[in-house]
Amino acid sequence: MSVWLAASPVLVPLATTLVTALAHRHPRLQRILSLAGIVAFFGTALALVTAVHGGETLVIAFGNWPAPFGIEFRLDRLSASLVLITALMGLACLVFHESDADPGNRHPLLLPQVHGVLAGVAGAFATADLFNLYVWFEVMLIAALGVFAIGGRRDQLDASFKYLTLNLFGTLLLLIGVGAIHAATGHLNYGALAEAVGGLPPALTTLLLAVLGLAFLVKAGAFPLFAWLPASYHTLPGPILALFAGLLTKVGAYAVLRLLGDVFAPPPMVLLEALGWIATATMLIGVLGAAYHWDIRRILAFHIISQIGYILLATALAGEAGNAATLFYTWHHIVVKANLFLIGAIIWRLTGSYDLRRIGGLWQARPWLGVLFAIPALSLIGIPPLSGFWAKYLVLFEAIGQGRIVWTVVALLVSVLTLYSMTKIWLEAFWRPHPEADWTAPRDARLAPAIAATVGLATITLWIGTQPEALIAYARAAAATLGGAAP
Amino acid sequence: MIATIALVVFVTVTVGVYLSLSRDLFRVVLGLAMFGSAANLVLFAAGRLGRTAPAVVTVGETALADTANPLPQALVLTAIVIGFALVCFALVLMLRLIRDARTDDALALRDAEPLPTDPVKPPATDQAFEPVVGADPGREVAR
Repeated sequence: MSVWLAASPVLVPLATTLVTALAHRHPRLQRILSLAGIVAFFGTALALVTAVHGGETLVIAFGNWPAPFGIEFRLDRLSASLVLITALMGLACLVFHESDADPGNRHPLLLPQVHGVLAGVAGAFATADLFNLYVWFEVMLIAALGVFAIGGRRDQLDASFKYLTLNLFGTLLLLIGVGAIHAATGHLNYGALAEAVGGLPPALTTLLLAVLGLAFLVKAGAFPLFAWLPASYHTLPGPILALFAGLLTKVGAYAVLRLLGDVFAPPPMVLLEALGWIATATMLIGVLGAAYHWDIRRILAFHIISQIGYILLATALAGEAGNAATLFYTWHHIVVKANLFLIGAIIWRLTGSYDLRRIGGLWQARPWLGVLFAIPALSLIGIPPLSGFWAKYLVLFEAIGQGRIVWTVVALLVSVLTLYSMTKIWLEAFWRPHPEADWTAPRDARLAPAIAATVGLATITLWIGTQPEALIAYARAAAATLGGAAP
Repeated sequence: MIATIALVVFVTVTVGVYLSLSRDLFRVVLGLAMFGSAANLVLFAAGRLGRTAPAVVTVGETALADTANPLPQALVLTAIVIGFALVCFALVLMLRLIRDARTDDALALRDAEPLPTDPVKPPATDQAFEPVVGADPGREVAR
């Protein structure tokens, strides 16, 4: 039973991919199957978190080849919690997709590919094998490319090509890194690698980890390798965009954490130092891009990069506190970022545009939407008592504790600039009257599923904000077992 | 042997990166394919080169003696299959892009990211690329 549960992060989404693909001639049936699949995924993910909550690790060795020879899925608290949040995001975005707020092109193969992306993401979180991790990155890439190109609009094809070029480069670099690590250690399993790496010369370890780390940073969208992200994300339809924005870059950030914080812990100091400066540059450049743009989707896409900087900064601080902060920040960020994109799609449905220069008057027309927007927006900035405050508190407390004053100051400055660009959305979309004087919000918008999804995510943000102790304790417990430390 | 492979990998990576930095879309795809081949060669070389004995454990032994490690060869097969699929996809995407955008110059592809016309403000989103309420693009794709 527990063996099946350990395989469920991949089995359930792949099964859903299969049945939704088979049902491609029957749109209604396909949507029902898709929703049933994501609910089942959420259920198994909940069971998974419950099973590992006490500190157990769920393991499945495929084909009964024992480690270090076979491929293992190994779910500890870190992996299980991220699988759960993957399922949660899938649920929220697929429910949202039932509304008519920017559903995009309902192509018969869209839903199977979305579930394919979920399988790739969850597989990357669950696996304990370096080559298998590469395979899940490729699954994610192939399915995501299908979703990008399926719209068929010229800008979407343009975006797909840019996404393909840089991401393919990243995965090939990852492949080279995996090959080099296998040549040096003879292993691919995380546990075996952790034991074997001690016997390597330190300079070689640094080089190998630098190649792998570079590949993961391309995937995470870190400075200066993020060009693919703002070039492509804004061409996706709203709910799909929210799903991608929430999950895909975080897989890269998770891989960096797994690499530096667990498998090869403690990593060479020079890599952590470099990662810290990369993170600082990422958050600053990302937020400056956001301050420049006027399209809601493009503003938020640049904020993904900026927030990835915070996550990487927490990873660079290393140690138990740094790793716990990384995990907590990742949870908070996935929920808040996806929710902002979803609310952006509602704004589009009501005003007819994503460009802030063409819209306005929403506070008059739909004040509840303003409140709904304010919750994730303030949380992203880090205003107490919302989830972002605690996430930033954990990161900055540790940064100050380690005497990293420059990183701390930049992080605080970035918060102020985040405030600036959120204020811009607020002023232009909500307070300013609509540029067309006779504009009224459409009454026939089918928004009930959209509101259910966004209110649900906002409630989670509020809940994390008011009750952070349980989650912080969970993150600390998850971090305590990383890096081969005794549970 | 290892020096030859290293040289081949070096040349392939150089050619691949050079081509993928080109403005010509077809060369970009070719360059990525070349870079993928170099990655496959690295992976292949990870399993010891120059051993021709079959990877069979002789009777009475418990470990492979003097042969190449078969695992990277299995990995490289996986990587070749994945790489092949991605290159095929990239070629089709490129053809469709050239047909729709009427250019194969990467610098002329500004549909997703239009060039700024104003020093401080970004260009407004092209209305043609904004989603339309109530449109049923499902039919449009079927053409």
